[in-house]
Amino acid sequence: MSDGARYEAVIGIECHVELKTSSKMFCGCRNEFGGEPNRQLCPVCLALPGALPVPNRLAIEHVVRAGLAFGAQIPVASKFDRKNYFYPDMPKNYQISQYDLPLTTGGVVRYRRADGSEGSCRLTRIHLEEDTGKSTHLGSGDGRIAGSTHSLVDFNRAGVPLMECVGEPDIRTPEDAVAFLEFLRLTFLYLGISDVKMEEGSLRCDANVSIRPAGTSAFGTKTEIKNMNSFRSVARALEYEIARQRRVLAEGGRIVQETRGWDESEGVTHSMRSKEQAHDYRYFPDPDLVPLTLDGAWIEGLRGSVGFTPIAAYDRLQRGGGLSVAQVRQIVEDPALTRFLLETLERKPGDDAFAQATANWLLSDVARILGREGISIDGQELLTPANLGELVELASGGTVTSKTAKELLERMMAGGGSPKEIVAREGLAQLSDPSAIASVVDEVIAANDKSVADYKAGKENAIKALVGQVMKVSKGKANPQLAESLLRERLAQS
Amino acid sequence: MIRRSATEIAAAVNARQAAAVEVLEAQLARVEQMEPQIGAYLAKTEELARACARRVDERIAAGASLPLAGVPLAVKDNMCLAGTVTTAGSKILQGWVAPYTATAVQRLLDAGCVPVGKANLDEFAMGSSCENSALGTTRNPWDPERVPGGSSGGSAAAVAAREAALATASDTGGSIREPAAFCGVVGMKPTYGRVSRYGLIAFASSLDQIGPIARTVEDAARMYDVMAGHDPMDSTSLPRPAEPTAGGLRRDLHGLRIGLVREFATKDLGEEIDAVYQSAYRQLAALGAEIVDVALPHAEYGLATYYLIAPAEASSNLARFDGVRYGPRGNGTNVQEMYARTRAAGFGPEVKRRILIGTYALSSGYYDAYYVRAQKARTLMAGDFEKAFGACDLIACPAASSPAFPFGAKGDDPVAMYLMDFYTIPMSLAGLPALSVPCGFASDGTAGARELPLGLQLVAPLYQEARLFGAAHAYEQATRFTLDRAPAGLEGVR
Repeated sequence: MSDGARYEAVIGIECHVELKTSSKMFCGCRNEFGGEPNRQLCPVCLALPGALPVPNRLAIEHVVRAGLAFGAQIPVASKFDRKNYFYPDMPKNYQISQYDLPLTTGGVVRYRRADGSEGSCRLTRIHLEEDTGKSTHLGSGDGRIAGSTHSLVDFNRAGVPLMECVGEPDIRTPEDAVAFLEFLRLTFLYLGISDVKMEEGSLRCDANVSIRPAGTSAFGTKTEIKNMNSFRSVARALEYEIARQRRVLAEGGRIVQETRGWDESEGVTHSMRSKEQAHDYRYFPDPDLVPLTLDGAWIEGLRGSVGFTPIAAYDRLQRGGGLSVAQVRQIVEDPALTRFLLETLERKPGDDAFAQATANWLLSDVARILGREGISIDGQELLTPANLGELVELASGGTVTSKTAKELLERMMAGGGSPKEIVAREGLAQLSDPSAIASVVDEVIAANDKSVADYKAGKENAIKALVGQVMKVSKGKANPQLAESLLRERLAQS
Repeated sequence: MIRRSATEIAAAVNARQAAAVEVLEAQLARVEQMEPQIGAYLAKTEELARACARRVDERIAAGASLPLAGVPLAVKDNMCLAGTVTTAGSKILQGWVAPYTATAVQRLLDAGCVPVGKANLDEFAMGSSCENSALGTTRNPWDPERVPGGSSGGSAAAVAAREAALATASDTGGSIREPAAFCGVVGMKPTYGRVSRYGLIAFASSLDQIGPIARTVEDAARMYDVMAGHDPMDSTSLPRPAEPTAGGLRRDLHGLRIGLVREFATKDLGEEIDAVYQSAYRQLAALGAEIVDVALPHAEYGLATYYLIAPAEASSNLARFDGVRYGPRGNGTNVQEMYARTRAAGFGPEVKRRILIGTYALSSGYYDAYYVRAQKARTLMAGDFEKAFGACDLIACPAASSPAFPFGAKGDDPVAMYLMDFYTIPMSLAGLPALSVPCGFASDGTAGARELPLGLQLVAPLYQEARLFGAAHAYEQATRFTLDRAPAGLEGVR
């Protein structure tokens, strides 16, 4: 047995999520990513003397809904506290946060791994706080503070509502850490409470990692990993850190409790500060903000607005077995698409073939047209779960040919309407009556001497050309299989 | 005109018997004459005042009637007034021009007040003599060798010396009531949350409250009525409407039970001062009040409680003064050095002392022993008052422990200075409305000392400002201590 196999990793994830609101957490300034530096500012978020915070109700609702989506408890009383430390991009030199009475406690994040298997991780809490500004360090060449000659601060982000989710140390592998984060991200996307874009910093995460002999229950000494800027870097950083800790123990050393930064380009973690250098944040209740009392009826109203979660969608789409794991993952990634599919499937509950066919339509032809038009499924109203469901039924049941079905989809997405009505109005139903097709077949044989001769000379491909002609003459309505068998029959006779 | 009360000035301007611009010019001449002796103002705001006065005259000409039309106002320099240098008496804000106006100040301007200047104060309102101002010395109009009290010393001196008819002031532990007593004027601290703190440079957020300083109770009541009321910019401002008080001024005290606090016996204050207060209490009875005995058993812990809570909040509130965004900046080779040099040079010794005390009280390991226990003591004190107000309608007691003292008298003994607020701190901790009204004169017993005004403190239950002003008016009108007597040398302008 190798050294590695004797240890298991214990991982706890904390993530910060910028909430999607029109204004900042404690003032009326716009909450918008980017923009010219230092333009989204007022006396409150710039911490001018005398300015006071007023909480953003929507941000509080977002956090409570996030908790409810994971089955968390919502307390009757909550409050804001001040976390005191100096940093140039934090205007008040304290952050308004929540210490001992967070907006939500407990809850479980259920997630699915890439292979479709299920895992879960308990949540400790979710609380609400405000984001800081952004510093840019100049003169050091590499953007780092070390060696820089001066720094610029952009306070546009200062005061943006920030939700912190703290996970229990239930995770054992980097793969599970990523799956956990993916389902957190998707849940917030489904709730519409954040853009959750790691590249814009609206989702940021840190991980606490320790290792211990497999089968034991005591925790080892942990390190906290920061600066992971993508899910891929989370996986890489955790793999590196677990291996590093194993190596340290294998060499007879001991793990030092510290914060370590992930260096994406070098693929290593390096020490940032030790526990001894940790801040004393001197938390105390913010006297500028009155304690929050959370009304039961208000909470129930929010519970009703949670709606579909990605894990529930995943469960439902996988339950029937009609869709592949890859298809389910691809669909669940897109909340609007998932909602559309689930609503479509309500036409035929439990029909796996229908589910698979609908998923295929959405992921291929519908996706292609949406992509071509540059719109999203919820950015249009012409294609609806009702008319798509009809179309899938028409195509699967053989009422129209696949060619006609594709044309119908184009027409529906350009002008709306029921495909059944279009078919009835314009006589587009597939020709499956041999006598009706027979006359077309005869016409085609008479008009295509060369192909007929080729076929008779043993060129099997010539039959395809003849079928194509039948489809053309029938305006795509002929059942192609029936057309081919009739052609073969007639040609054998002649 | 400037000898008149604010009520009389407003009546004359509204009746177009006088123009606001005329009142202002007379007031500015008076300020010019008195400032060399008094030093009430850190800055004069003539240009803004002239614009405001013209605007008042225009509005009156257009048919408006304004509650404080053309009334010259001193604004304590810890309140933002857009376009004016606002310093809180600190070098760390020297030259800082406020880009916005405090809600309370704005309401006064809207009501017709004309801002003459920014009044001196103890740095960040920390002090009881104005000696802690880093930017100027203010003298007591009754004796220029003595302090005007503090922290609202400039406000009280300006009103006493007829350098303004009204002044805004702020009270954290006695900063309105004590200087009002020292300067022989009326100073009132409303119920916590009655007047918006938006734009008031914070000292201790859970205690700070803006209130009026005026020469008469009626003027103070009118000014309070303008400032009071909910402000959406201050989460701690009371959502309930503030009942107008100026209409409820009384001529007698029949039907009121006035409590004398057992623990606040005045014998220790010296024979002469004791006699003044005993006479004041008899006067209350003579006006028809029923005098009852009440107890505030936890009042003796007031100072200790206050000097944990206020510095704790201050240590966090003052963290924003770091030289990053505004104010003078000390240079350093790194950001820590910049902070240290900025704050070392910018804050005075008393401010530094309180930041240190507060930081210590909030530190990990001390928080429960200090801050949490102080909050419990605060709750006990509020309970004392609640019980006392079961037996009485108002409480009467001294507003300060002595009359105005000579400059330097408290030397380097901060506790001797803190004791000045012994009688005012318990009400601040309980959030109660209280005022100081002149109640006689006494010398402090030192050889050749002039007679100095003393203040009677009246205290009402939460939200009972109307009762407070009503009773104070009856007492003031019956005694007329400073209505008929101006500071020596100022008789001509009384």
